[in-house]
Amino acid sequence: MSMILLIGLGGVIGTISRFYLGKWVTSKSNSLFPWGTFIINISGSFILGILFFLHTRGNVANWLWLMLGTGFCGGYTTFSTFSYETVQLMQKKQLLYALGYVLLSIVGGLLFCWIGMNVGELS
Amino acid sequence: MNLFALIIGGFLGTISRYELGRVILPLSNGFPLGTMIINLLGCLFLGWFLTITLIRWNVRPEIRLGIGTGFTGAFTTFSTFSIETITLIQKHHVELAIVYMVISIAGGIAFSAIGYTLAKATKRGGTA
Repeated sequence: MSMILLIGLGGVIGTISRFYLGKWVTSKSNSLFPWGTFIINISGSFILGILFFLHTRGNVANWLWLMLGTGFCGGYTTFSTFSYETVQLMQKKQLLYALGYVLLSIVGGLLFCWIGMNVGELS
Repeated sequence: MNLFALIIGGFLGTISRYELGRVILPLSNGFPLGTMIINLLGCLFLGWFLTITLIRWNVRPEIRLGIGTGFTGAFTTFSTFSIETITLIQKHHVELAIVYMVISIAGGIAFSAIGYTLAKATKRGGTA
């Protein structure tokens, strides 16, 4: 039961961080490109990569991995908003933005996640 | 009120993802079925919910925020999708990684659009 609470707490912190960071980035940008969700998903993939690395090496305990990985990073990043924003760009006939958003999110997410997972070897 | 809605939504979305992920196990070849189903369901729901609350249902903004940004945002995940794709590639299951990416991305966009269309259709056929 307490594990569920820790994961939920991580998720709450992630969700609030996503909301306020997204709002702040959107207020700074006047582009059609959804910079807020993009930055959130890339940075969250990077943080999860680092956590994975530390967890595999035994530097992060299992409960902390669940709280920060499943909870925080899972609640911070979002797949549904990413898809919804892509559909919105397509509905506005901004196909180049939609394609760019999808490709950059995938390539960026995987690349930064991989960098995080290999942060030990790279440093 | 906004913060309270996000706390409740984010908490329930996160633990729903965790519990559902424990029920839907990866396939024997390592294919991450759980995250894929969770993300697709979330995309379908968000497309429908954000549209129906915009064009038909009159709900308070904090309810829309709590369920949309809070619950559904926390229920779905991009970071786990990234790490699972890389893990498949590292285990030399490149073809599974490609299938996972294509179904998640194309499916997520399609489900989001289906949700939108369902909400629109509800408006036309509705009684209100």
